[in-house]
Amino acid sequence: MATPKKEIPRVGVFVCHCGINIGGVVKVSEVVEFAKTIPDVAYAEANLYTCSSEGISKIKEAIKKYNLNRVVVASCTPRTHEPLFRNACEEAGLNKYLFEMANIRDQCSWAHMHEPEKATTKAKDLVKMAVAKARLLEPQDEPEIDVTPSALVIGGGISGMTAALSMANQGFNVNIVEREPELGGMLAKLHMLCPNFEDASKALSSIVDAVKSNQKINVLTSSEVEDVKGFIGNFDVTVKKDDKPLKLNQGTIVVATGAENFEPINMYGYKSNENVLTQMQLEKLLKTGDLRKPDKVVMIQCVGAREEKGRQYCSRICCGVAIKNALIIKDLYPETELFIIFRDLQTYGQEYEACYTEAREKGVHFIKYTSSNPPEVSSNSEGKLTIKTYDAFLKEMVELESDLVVLSTPLIPQKDAEKLSKILKVPLGSDGFFFEAHVKLRPIDFATDGIFVCGSAHSPKDISESISQALGVASRAAIPMANKHVRADAITSIINEDLCSGCGTCVRICPYGAIQKNEIGIAQVTSVVCKGCGTCAASCPEKAITMRHFTDDQITAQALAALEG
Amino acid sequence: MAEFNPKIVAFLCNWCSYAGADLAGVSRIQYPPSIRVVRVMCSGRINPAFILDAFKNGADGVLVAGCHPGDCHYIAGNYKAQRRVLLVQKLMEAFGLEPERLRLEWVSASEGDRFASVVKDMTAEIRKLGPNPIKMLEVED
Repeated sequence: MATPKKEIPRVGVFVCHCGINIGGVVKVSEVVEFAKTIPDVAYAEANLYTCSSEGISKIKEAIKKYNLNRVVVASCTPRTHEPLFRNACEEAGLNKYLFEMANIRDQCSWAHMHEPEKATTKAKDLVKMAVAKARLLEPQDEPEIDVTPSALVIGGGISGMTAALSMANQGFNVNIVEREPELGGMLAKLHMLCPNFEDASKALSSIVDAVKSNQKINVLTSSEVEDVKGFIGNFDVTVKKDDKPLKLNQGTIVVATGAENFEPINMYGYKSNENVLTQMQLEKLLKTGDLRKPDKVVMIQCVGAREEKGRQYCSRICCGVAIKNALIIKDLYPETELFIIFRDLQTYGQEYEACYTEAREKGVHFIKYTSSNPPEVSSNSEGKLTIKTYDAFLKEMVELESDLVVLSTPLIPQKDAEKLSKILKVPLGSDGFFFEAHVKLRPIDFATDGIFVCGSAHSPKDISESISQALGVASRAAIPMANKHVRADAITSIINEDLCSGCGTCVRICPYGAIQKNEIGIAQVTSVVCKGCGTCAASCPEKAITMRHFTDDQITAQALAALEG
Repeated sequence: MAEFNPKIVAFLCNWCSYAGADLAGVSRIQYPPSIRVVRVMCSGRINPAFILDAFKNGADGVLVAGCHPGDCHYIAGNYKAQRRVLLVQKLMEAFGLEPERLRLEWVSASEGDRFASVVKDMTAEIRKLGPNPIKMLEVED
């Protein structure tokens, strides 16, 4: 076995409670005591949050105090937290590849919430497995890779354009890919914006002009992303424009594909009665000035949202939109009576709350219904609408007649979000929107380096939130582009020339052409081209190939540790 | 007799299946605590010897999971994994070990629910098969 010759392993194990996320299921103190009994473990402790600044400094202190040369953190997933802990090791003078994680939260406590005993046993096994691998870890160097200082922005709505402008103003080239013939996205369909009643067309045209006149931005309309290969710094993107393929080399990618509006087919008489509209359709009538004076308007909130099964999420913006449109109608036709039938009003933030207060002051009526007693809409032969609803404040049924019923429907994911998620190899959440790497710590990153998300592609958002996220994404994507290079993972293969028989299996099997035979017929790896899949190591009949950080010995030791005892 | 709790060694690729397993947890989808996950960068990294070693040392089951066909982060590692798993299953048959103890599944980063149902299903199947017979041999020794 290729155990490190230079030093005897001294492993430090840090077991995280993650508040109650782990500690509420797994008996952390038992896991710590168990860890102390594993051979080569020199130190073990429990932390409330190992990822907190306190937890990080405890790791660094312990490395020095106990002369640790390997660190294992038993907490969450390496996909989000490995870089943080690796940095801690590095700051304490330990090569960051001498670190290993045991995933006792995402793959243990969260998945076995009702089986604390078995989850504790599993957590111990996972720690033992991580220590088994850690023992055999070796320090590695990371090669530097160049980053193309150009970004691909998918989607030319307010989010995509904002991100593109910000990156262009920082000096980077940007390609915007928009599938419609014009830039603008959903903003192009809106009349006035909540909460400041700004003209949407004006807001839009100023940003569209800025984008179009920016020399650094290349706008590709009527275009779609067909294929993406490569990795951070060097994404090979194929865009289909007017049915012709176009190749782009991009350093980073921003997903800003926005959302669609839910169409409430067969709900509340929509489609069967022309006086039942969605807020989006009302918005269009207001924009074109085609709304004739109604005597009464009834708006119904949460249509197709916050369902018990199906679309469970709150679309957040619909309450603000309804209040804004009610105020616009009140302004146009002061005698029109307006009713907003809601389940819970989501007018978060100062400005939306002020709009709500203004609507009340101007006489808009608010009626609260409950999910068990939703309103019913019926129409007579002349098309006059009757709305029956339970009033949760009066605790009785009320009946309203109305010329117009307006349904507030949620934003829903784009129909082809799943296709794009597969092209980019980034996940969608259970509601079908793009899913960030970490809800709190990395809200606009994907787990895949170099790809970011902003705006309603991520979840329903209003304009100001979309802009904030877009600016955030632009600065996140600018980091590798400004640095001009990123450190590539050291996880590449190396060939032991003494063992290589020159059979050429690895040369044929490598998907990247990273392995060639040299002048004497021995295989050689070009490590910048190697992407670290390790399929060469799995196929070498002479066991001449070592996959750095995932060696045969390390993988086997980790697997077999699960089966001991 | 106490219920037999199988131990399954799972080799998950970093990009799809490991992420899928994380998503199952993030979504709080519950599944049996039978699996012990070994993260590899690609399912194509899995040498048949890793699987055989696991069985030799008493694993009741081995799960190999990778990206869906056409979706591999490394272009085609999953196809290589498929060929190797089929080979090992044939070897297992020759050894008298039920090939059902070894499974290859495609689980993407967005399929937390699928990951959980694979583990549930595989655990139930191995419960029916009983413990790895190799463990019995050791007792006879």
